[in-house]
Amino acid sequence: MSTLTEAPPPLAPAEPAPKPPRRRGRLTPYWLLLPGILWLVVFFALPLVYQASTSVQTGSLEQGYKVTWHFATYWDALTEYWPQFLRSVLYAAAATVLCLLLGYPLAYLIAFRAGRWRNLIMILVIAPFFTSFLIRTLAWKTILADNGPVVHALNSLHVLDLTSALGWTAGDRVLATPLAVVCGLTYNFLPFMILPLYTSLERIDGRLHEAAGDLYARPWTTFRKVTFPLSMPGVVSGTLLTFIPAAGDYVNAELLGSTDTRMIGNVIQTQFLRILDYPTAAALSFILMAAILAMVTIYIRRSGTEDLV
Amino acid sequence: MPVVTWLKRRLVVIAGLLTLAYLLLPNVIVTVFSFNKPKGRFNYQWQQFSTSAWKDPCGVAGMCGSLSVSLQIAVWATLGATLLGTMIAFALVRYRFRARGAINSLIFLPMAMPEVVMAASLLTLFLNMGAQLGFLTILIAHIMFCLSFVVTAVKARVMSMDPRLEEAARDLYAGPVQTFLRVTLPIAAPGIAAGALLSFALSFDDFIITNFNAGSTVTFPMFVWGSAQRGTPVQINVIGTAMFLVAVLFVLTSMVIGNRRNKKA
Repeated sequence: MSTLTEAPPPLAPAEPAPKPPRRRGRLTPYWLLLPGILWLVVFFALPLVYQASTSVQTGSLEQGYKVTWHFATYWDALTEYWPQFLRSVLYAAAATVLCLLLGYPLAYLIAFRAGRWRNLIMILVIAPFFTSFLIRTLAWKTILADNGPVVHALNSLHVLDLTSALGWTAGDRVLATPLAVVCGLTYNFLPFMILPLYTSLERIDGRLHEAAGDLYARPWTTFRKVTFPLSMPGVVSGTLLTFIPAAGDYVNAELLGSTDTRMIGNVIQTQFLRILDYPTAAALSFILMAAILAMVTIYIRRSGTEDLV
Repeated sequence: MPVVTWLKRRLVVIAGLLTLAYLLLPNVIVTVFSFNKPKGRFNYQWQQFSTSAWKDPCGVAGMCGSLSVSLQIAVWATLGATLLGTMIAFALVRYRFRARGAINSLIFLPMAMPEVVMAASLLTLFLNMGAQLGFLTILIAHIMFCLSFVVTAVKARVMSMDPRLEEAARDLYAGPVQTFLRVTLPIAAPGIAAGALLSFALSFDDFIITNFNAGSTVTFPMFVWGSAQRGTPVQINVIGTAMFLVAVLFVLTSMVIGNRRNKKA
């Protein structure tokens, strides 16, 4: 990389300063920004350009690839892999909703009810991060094992009959079914939901709860009209932090699922690393990126918290 | 019905604790199964108590090597990302410059991008440049995705800093270097430390980007991934348990030290 991607623009004082700043001082922000921004341009932005170009190339590994603006790759990729795309969105959405339902009480507990246990519970939420998530995901193979206590309990309560009827599980098994994958996704991204929720709940002035109570609001009404609306920034960033990585994940589908639960991440990984069909893989990855960016933009607009980003 | 009212009052607490149990259950399993003596190649079923894996943690070919690769990458990635990220954070908070919006989105986007997209596109870049995949390409990728997190952590801290403290230092005849080293840096330190800690954890545990850009280099998460296909040695659980204990001890110690300092102040 011999050329600078970003030359410092000509310097014009934005406003008449009382003292003319020193020359060196005026360039300081650019020197501070240069190495890091260059790193992101070369290793984050430029690869996206390369990927876009790869996706419209044709050729083979032996003869090399050429840009032929072959947009049909996108169409072929979509018609062949739309079930995996759909599955990724559904699994990620299910995991996000479950994370919100499970994470909200815990974040609420830490913020308002934990008292002196607050720090300890906080540590317990963060600490699993420090054990490799792959090892922890493998532990779900033990928890959900076919002859394990969880499956036995679900079986004797006839829960598995219901979930099989819905297509979430198959027969007497939980492993290698959609339920196991969603369970793993939920587990893996739960802390990303809890932390932003906690941050926005903790900021709420406790006197607002008292005021609501004084105005004869029942606890549930207080929650619905005061607490939940005020925690919206946490809900929005939590759902984003859960949904985005879950939609692109292939680890849970590979370790806890089966060939019937493959997500789009699995397809991209196989195409790139095993089948070596680079144009298709690049097109799939590009579609995933575009879809997620579009969804995130609409979501942020609709939830009206644009200042979040 | 006192039982029902009692339950109703504590509904949130009970639900929260159940979630906490859900979060911690896998760690309990990992710990318990580090004392297992499995029959086949896979350590998913409880057979018999044994401490043999704890006595010989490096007894599996390649595992401790991959652990040391991961540690080296995490240390270098943390240093690189923390340095570059802190510089960007200071520039963003303290100076006015052109193209601020573009720079902000360049920093935000890597955090909003599915990992597999960054991994795949980075691989196309490396393939196009004919780069040899290995330690260096992993390190480059890790610095890239840790950078944004450091910027966010340091920026939050520097933004909440009172600029009058630095002005006071200058008024007391401290030079710019002295002001930076003795006033600015100590105040920004918690933000920098948080960014560094996050970088270390993210880099050490990263799998998806590493899987794409590692070539034949094996990091610890990649070793675990491989063993999920070939057979999981008990030693993996030993490392997982040890990591959990070290992390909890580390956080507890830093909290105790922090509490003492607060009491003194």
